Amino acid sequence: MPVDTAVRPVRILVAKVGLDGHDRGVKVVARALRDAGFEVIYTGLRQTPEMVVDAALQEDAQVIGLSIHSGAHMTLFPAVVQELKRRKATDIVVFGGGIIPEDDIVALKKKGVAELFTPGTPLQEIVDWLRKRFPQGGN
Amino acid sequence: MKVRARDAREVWKEDFESSPSRDDGIETSTISGIPLKPLYTADDLPKRDEEMPGLFPYTRGIHPGGYRGRLWTMRQFSGFATAEETNKRYKYLLANGQTGLSVAFDMPTLMGQDSDAPTSRGEIGHCGVAIDSLADMETLFDGIPLGEITTSMTINSPAAILLCMYIAVAEKQGVPASALGGTLQNDILKEFIAQKEFIFPPEPSMRLVVDSIEYCAQEVPKWNTISISGYHIREAGSTAAQELAFTLADGMAYVDACIERGMRIDDFASRLSFFFDAHIDFFEEIAKFRAARRIWARWMRDRYGAQDERSLKLRFHTQTAGVSLTAQQPELNIARTAIEALAAVLGGTQSLHTNAMDEVLALPTDKAARLALRTQQLLAYETGVANTIDPLGGSYFVEALTDEIERQAEVYFKRIEELGGVIPAIEASFFQKEIADSAFKYQQELEQKRRLMVGVNEFTVDDEEPMEILRIDPKLEGEQVARVQNVRRTRDQARCTKALAALRKAAEGTDNLMPHILESVRAYATEGEIMNTLIEVFGIYTEKAVI
Amino acid sequence: MADTNTDSNLAARFRAGDIRALARAISLVERRDPAIRALETPPKGRDGAAAVVGFTGAPGTGKSTLVDALVTLLRKHDKSVAVLATDPNSPFTGGAILGDRIRMQRHALDPKVFIRSMGARGHLGGLSLAAREAIRLLVAFGFDQVILETVGVGQSELEVAAVADTTVVVMTPNLGDGVQMIKAGILEIADIFVVNKADLDGHQRVAMELRGMLSLNAPRATGAGAPNAWKPPIITTVAARQEGIEELWAAIEDHRRYLESSGRAQELAEKRLKDETAEVVADLARRQAKLALGEDRALTEKLLKDGSPYRAAEEILSRIGSGGRKPRRS
Repeated sequence: MPVDTAVRPVRILVAKVGLDGHDRGVKVVARALRDAGFEVIYTGLRQTPEMVVDAALQEDAQVIGLSIHSGAHMTLFPAVVQELKRRKATDIVVFGGGIIPEDDIVALKKKGVAELFTPGTPLQEIVDWLRKRFPQGGN
Repeated sequence: MKVRARDAREVWKEDFESSPSRDDGIETSTISGIPLKPLYTADDLPKRDEEMPGLFPYTRGIHPGGYRGRLWTMRQFSGFATAEETNKRYKYLLANGQTGLSVAFDMPTLMGQDSDAPTSRGEIGHCGVAIDSLADMETLFDGIPLGEITTSMTINSPAAILLCMYIAVAEKQGVPASALGGTLQNDILKEFIAQKEFIFPPEPSMRLVVDSIEYCAQEVPKWNTISISGYHIREAGSTAAQELAFTLADGMAYVDACIERGMRIDDFASRLSFFFDAHIDFFEEIAKFRAARRIWARWMRDRYGAQDERSLKLRFHTQTAGVSLTAQQPELNIARTAIEALAAVLGGTQSLHTNAMDEVLALPTDKAARLALRTQQLLAYETGVANTIDPLGGSYFVEALTDEIERQAEVYFKRIEELGGVIPAIEASFFQKEIADSAFKYQQELEQKRRLMVGVNEFTVDDEEPMEILRIDPKLEGEQVARVQNVRRTRDQARCTKALAALRKAAEGTDNLMPHILESVRAYATEGEIMNTLIEVFGIYTEKAVI
Repeated sequence: MADTNTDSNLAARFRAGDIRALARAISLVERRDPAIRALETPPKGRDGAAAVVGFTGAPGTGKSTLVDALVTLLRKHDKSVAVLATDPNSPFTGGAILGDRIRMQRHALDPKVFIRSMGARGHLGGLSLAAREAIRLLVAFGFDQVILETVGVGQSELEVAAVADTTVVVMTPNLGDGVQMIKAGILEIADIFVVNKADLDGHQRVAMELRGMLSLNAPRATGAGAPNAWKPPIITTVAARQEGIEELWAAIEDHRRYLESSGRAQELAEKRLKDETAEVVADLARRQAKLALGEDRALTEKLLKDGSPYRAAEEILSRIGSGGRKPRRS
């Protein structure tokens, strides 16, 4: 009998790491991702890299999306990438957004962050990037 | 040609309807969604007794002379890295004509943490100056006479601590607290609603705010104890009417709390101040400021029975909208800021901060910061707008818009009352949901190009030139950590321990905490130590997030 | 991409207690991936294993906060806990914001607490087949207690009862129209009622009205004889202040003891497995039907000519019987 495995929405864990509380952007992105058919797990403010990765593992999320407006991105993004390494989960894709200068974006991508979106990026661009990255839905 | 006997309005209507219309999708509502007519006439002027500046309800301004007596204070918010760096920037700005200081603190300081706390790593000095103890505060104001300038401090949960540090620094300069002028943001309600820099739960947070208001009424009478803020609410995505309504509702919640404490309205109300956003939709903002004054005056007089005129006059600081700035073609931000600043001035602000053009990307460079200041000076000295009082008073459009925003705010007040007041509404996530909905709606309008942002979704360029931006030297972090650890090593530990113990005891009771915080500060207890002492008693608040 | 969570040694890692294997297994279940069969789960399910408690109720009743409070209590007793929290997916986009986990931040990084958010996707009632299987996995993994939390919309309260050993229905004082308006069937399925947010006005009224309605209803049939009927207690809680939680846990344990001693546990387990089998059959049949109707033009043409679904349905069913192939013309 032919089996069709159910098409599975991509699961994205979205959070704010560090002390910064500006959550307008992350909430708007969460809604847009939901409207685009993703399953979004929002874990809120003041997350540590350990909390984010642990939650992503329990949720079997394929993607982690982080929002950082405080200038602490050069510490916090690599910390998440490092924690994924420690938990042997480097298949999880990390992306993010916030107040991040161009030079830092280049540096962070070298450190394993897949993509960074700066202020003014249309939501559709983020959605398109994710869809391109995960064409079949879940892996 | 002579106009026929028919009403000129009818003629206009015919002419207008047969005249060409732009095909670029004219926006028929303000950025906040208030519907606009193509033309406003004398018929749109609300029917009321003529309003005059300096007279109740102060729609046209709180001073009879507008800016003719005194210009608004040019108060540029700034702070970064260490106290020493910021001290230099302050002296630079003062030398260039800034007339009041405004302190921006870094994230760990805003969140009541010392620089050597594990969660402070990577966060030090990026969005403001790192202050761990009185020692840093002394460096911050070194060579700046606190008796001669006024200072605004943007901090909320730990606000009382920073105020005590300021008082202690002034003491060392020989300046009594009674001579100190300035403002403390100290608006914890908007933290729960928008900025999310809360630490303690609402009840003890309000207690601290009321303690500071009560203390200052006696000891620091020239100090503006609170800057009830709409800026952050607006930046989080609210509409202008929501910004206005939520801010004034917060104001009333503070007034209620002070009265419950036993204070009389006229003992403290004159030292309450406000802080609004100046966004890019020009006329809507002007209307908002005017409506704010009218609403506040009415409520203070009719609901709270305030009799001192100073209790009725809403005084506010304005900051141009950070959220309206773009990373693309950032020089254009200078123009945006200028227009927003103009709205604030035409709206009668008491003090003003203009954003620098590079603030979407980082904290401002010296050059950008100076340009921002010069923009205010341009408005004040070249444009002539400060020479007539409330120049837009009587404008059919502005007066109609003022009334409409006032009406929308009143609708919100009713809803908040039905929910049981501001704090129950916060716990029901009412404000947070309204804001999230408005933010999402606006973003959709941008995505669908129903609203335009030059350089972002229209008139873009492919090759943006990279901008030179301010970088915080990462080695400053290590230096700051060393500094706070040194303070702990070299202070009078016995005095410090005693002070913190007394603070904890007072926190468990109902004493006003300010004197205890002041003594802890004098004993060089660090900010984190004072906050942790309070956390032991008050606990930590976790919000119920709504998307 | 680094190969750190392949399905190949999934069963071994699952048995070894690797939570990533558990998480991946749940994902496979959501996808109806046949690879999941490689994971042998105990055939009988729950004997001696964790009893499953289901929480349901209207949105806004504080279920997540209540579950969070219960987890806190269980951790104090050093029990390991798994929570499966389901949220509705949009029927149009398939997307969802899964927002229960955020209410349980207290337990972040506690290795003995596992929280999984599940979109209740593709299932009309709200609680999907995948959730049933996920619960079986969580039990098999070895958690002391498994908690299911669902949003109470549509028929989902009734579905929780079909899956959980103990069903807790959560209400609050500000229900608007009062207890009279609670949906038909709730009274029958609830093993425990919780009136949460009991610090609000009206909580006593809600409790009273509930008691009134319960006494009017005949005690539910137990199959073991009416005198042994379980009388659902009404517990008042203020979950946000950790109040009433001890009482709630005591009631849950009471109910579990009742299930064991009355033989209901066995009955329910049997019924559940049978129901689930029927659901699996229905699900497979539905998917086959969709495939057939999508691909087989001749079938569709005949269907349109008939103007009624029954002949086409029988045709599809007979194909399932013969392995998916069109039966030879007879």
